[in-house]
Amino acid sequence: MTNAWTDIKNTDLVIVMGGNAAEAHPCGFKWVTEAKATRGARLIVVDPRFTRTASVADYYAPIRPGTDIAFLMGVIRWCIENDKVQWDYVRHYTNAAFLVKEGYGWSEGLFNGYDADKRAYDMSDWEYQIGDDGFALVDPTLQDPRCVWNLLKAHVDVYTPEFVERVTGTPRDRFLHICEAIGECSAPDKVMTSMYALGWTQHAKGAQNIRGMAMLQLILGNIGMRGGGVNALRGHSNIQGLTDLGLMSNLIPGYLSIPRDSEVDFKTYMSTKGNAPLRPGQTSYWQNYRKFMVSFQKAMWGDAATAGNDWAYHYLPKLDVPTYDILRMFDMMARGEVNLYFCQGFNPMLSFPNRAKVTRALSRLKLLVVMDPLQTETAAFWQDHGIYNDVDPASIQTEVIELPTTCFAEDEGATINSGRWLQWHWAGATPPGQARPDTWIMGNLFQRLRELYRTEGGVFPDPIVNLSWDYKDPHEPSAEELAKEMNGRALADLYDPKDPGKLLVPAGAQLSGFGLLRDDGTTMSGCWIFTGSWTQDGNMMARRDNSDPGDAGTFPNWSFSWPANRRILYNRASADLSGKPWDPDRKLIEWDGQQWTGYDVPDIAVTARPEEVMPFIMTNEGTGRLFVRKLMVDGPFPTHMEPFESPVANPLNPKLLGNPAARIFEEDLKQLGTSDAFPFVATSYRLTEHFHFWTKHNRINAALQPEFFVEISEELAAEKGIARGGRVRVWSNRGEVWAKAVVTKRIRPLTCDGKTVHIVGIPLHWGFTGAARKGFGPNSLTPFVGDANIQTPEFKAFLVNIEPAEGEAVS
Amino acid sequence: MNIDLSRRGFLKLAGAGVAATSLGAMGFGEAEAAEQAHVRAFKLASTTETRNICTYCSVACGIIMYSKGDLKAGEKAELIHIEGDADHPTNRGTLCPKGSALKDFVRSETRATKPRYRAPGASDWQDISWDEAFDKIARAIKDDRDANFIEKNAEGQTVNRWTTAGFLAASGSTNETAWATYKVVRSLGIVGFDNQARV
Repeated sequence: MTNAWTDIKNTDLVIVMGGNAAEAHPCGFKWVTEAKATRGARLIVVDPRFTRTASVADYYAPIRPGTDIAFLMGVIRWCIENDKVQWDYVRHYTNAAFLVKEGYGWSEGLFNGYDADKRAYDMSDWEYQIGDDGFALVDPTLQDPRCVWNLLKAHVDVYTPEFVERVTGTPRDRFLHICEAIGECSAPDKVMTSMYALGWTQHAKGAQNIRGMAMLQLILGNIGMRGGGVNALRGHSNIQGLTDLGLMSNLIPGYLSIPRDSEVDFKTYMSTKGNAPLRPGQTSYWQNYRKFMVSFQKAMWGDAATAGNDWAYHYLPKLDVPTYDILRMFDMMARGEVNLYFCQGFNPMLSFPNRAKVTRALSRLKLLVVMDPLQTETAAFWQDHGIYNDVDPASIQTEVIELPTTCFAEDEGATINSGRWLQWHWAGATPPGQARPDTWIMGNLFQRLRELYRTEGGVFPDPIVNLSWDYKDPHEPSAEELAKEMNGRALADLYDPKDPGKLLVPAGAQLSGFGLLRDDGTTMSGCWIFTGSWTQDGNMMARRDNSDPGDAGTFPNWSFSWPANRRILYNRASADLSGKPWDPDRKLIEWDGQQWTGYDVPDIAVTARPEEVMPFIMTNEGTGRLFVRKLMVDGPFPTHMEPFESPVANPLNPKLLGNPAARIFEEDLKQLGTSDAFPFVATSYRLTEHFHFWTKHNRINAALQPEFFVEISEELAAEKGIARGGRVRVWSNRGEVWAKAVVTKRIRPLTCDGKTVHIVGIPLHWGFTGAARKGFGPNSLTPFVGDANIQTPEFKAFLVNIEPAEGEAVS
Repeated sequence: MNIDLSRRGFLKLAGAGVAATSLGAMGFGEAEAAEQAHVRAFKLASTTETRNICTYCSVACGIIMYSKGDLKAGEKAELIHIEGDADHPTNRGTLCPKGSALKDFVRSETRATKPRYRAPGASDWQDISWDEAFDKIARAIKDDRDANFIEKNAEGQTVNRWTTAGFLAASGSTNETAWATYKVVRSLGIVGFDNQARV
């Protein structure tokens, strides 16, 4: 989230698209209810199903799964055509005026530079024209045909209301009504917020869905505003924290990147991370990258990381591919190229696409280690559960070790909510049986490993034997020790660079902010964006002052919000060029002639003069990006792409398969189904009574929603002869499931490109362990393909067939 | 009343007070002592309160856990109730259908409670001690890493990666668990590293 849950009360219009907050995030959604009740805010829901969020909305429109880009580009086109643009914001705070290279272009659904064999673009022309002074060329009058604004206008031209209706199935009058409501929020004193979740991310072009909304919010001037922003609701309680901490193939904590093979030394690695500003006087805060990186290396390897050994640069692994993401790893596993696999609180048997392939992959491992508070399907993947897990244990040679861990009630530490608040919690229960904390497990395992390398030697033991592990009990680092390490401390006395006699921080002291980090080895910090969370004043994450100055919704002294305790990202953009709030009733910060003051930590240097330094300090431009250059592999603007399995061809170019820049492995390409054999669109979703595959272990929730079902329209039920509550078989080109049929009015057939499109809804909460009845999940059916940029699997739009099956109807 | 009452103390007093007042008003003064003996103290009055955060979605509602026994004092603590934290700015005491049943998640009958081992081709689990489990895992890591670690690629560039092992981290665990995990996993050279952010 750019903003916070409590900030939603400040909005005028809530767009829920790609999410279902009333069901999946009920206690956060009450801030929508608050905005409706106290400000007269409106709620609009666009979703393939008439969800519980839709049931309390002011307006609802259906949409075919996987067509959100067409909808959003249609809204942008309508706003431009009807002059619903926050012009001062767009001119100054976005890259609308920047001139783009002549080579950039788009036609027939593709950008320039496409190579069909590689399924990739040559992106070199997706850049600005650079002047002799080294800065990007701009035309503040927005007249130049190569300026971003004019390219955007041309790009969205195809998305007429007629085109939108043809692609999305959203009735034209409903689409236009929503455009009008959104358009009102281009006024400086009207603000819209976007709430989305996996309904937008789980597509082969998921990142482009979200970009579409980010662009719209920039055009409306809603980024950085109270009640505005682009708000990812997020799923798990600490999905934000684990991402911030870089527990991903290609990341280092704080959004730094794991080096590539070609980056042969630290100097080469840093050569692409200079982040020089693209306009004069701009902050481009990533210019400090080297400080964050060296401090990270010092946190990892302490005294073994020195200037002389490139700060232990080669202790880090290098990547020969963009990522060894889950899809690549399980594809490798299925081919016998992976021997050991660890699952720490993760149940891939139910979470990853194409379950048959996942089972096949796990069956080829030598050893699978599962650490979990619950008995998961993954740990038991080798057990025969009839149709629910049809395997022959004798034929599976994988060794499995299941290690019992504590859960939240039994451990201490911080988790990060969607609004980036690091909230500390304390243990209050004794773990059951022999369950132990993950930190104890990792500590014990590491002690043994290090001992093996010390006594036996082995291949490249350096990063293991030199890993900084200076904890009071090396078998169980405490939450306090680990949190302090992430925050960082001074390794030598730190003096003010402008006043060398002035001691800023004595050696050994915790750092109060990331501005103190150095690139000369005199500071350490495991995760630079957390600096300030555990200072000399103590644990800032444990703060519990719930006062709210100005009733702004920021709660600045409750826990700690990264970065720098800032509650609303880009909050400098909540004020106009001269530093006055666009809307005095929504003041966040303002320029008082000397500095920035207000209800939030300014997202800009406190003395940065308003007309000189632009608000988007993390970008090289200083502005928000309508045109994203070559930072995304599937295009600098979002363009409509069909799901990999779709009932209709892409009207922009019928030859295109899915996202043309998304990776798909050969075996999985062959397993894609077509609409002649699989005529119905399926989409996965969650229920309010369940949390993923956890609550089926809980008797109350298992009783509330005991049994797997699929949801279909009355029309589809009639067409296929399916009784209400009857048993059905649903199958894709990859697998089959059996379920109860829930026949509702909540899902209606849509008309797309003159064709009737039926939708099958498939909730995801059942498996073969726990207290609920055994059942299936959507992953038995879904395709093994991910988003082109970040490899999130396409769970939200795929093709299935359905028929009545043997079994009694229940009503 | 110039007494700084704790929440627990208040509950005890309030319970006794209600019984005494109503009985007294009805003129059963002499029955008070006998009746008092039957008034059960509030269940929560004898519990330890701990602040925590709901483990499910990332709204991250504040919760108060009530346990029999004080974990901080070294006692065995049994969780008997969880409720929303009314002081929390986001949820202000409310909980959803999942959060309301949190206690049953903690005390689920299908919690993993002991290390278990499944041998190749076996159709059942067998018990294993923590020590045996750690020894087995550490041995497997070392042997596979030593056999398959890639120090240099075909071009002779130093790459120091290990691709025959992978690690999936949780997204319900703490930052502190995540950081300890990050350190160990990266020090081994593992690149097949992920969390639930993608799914």
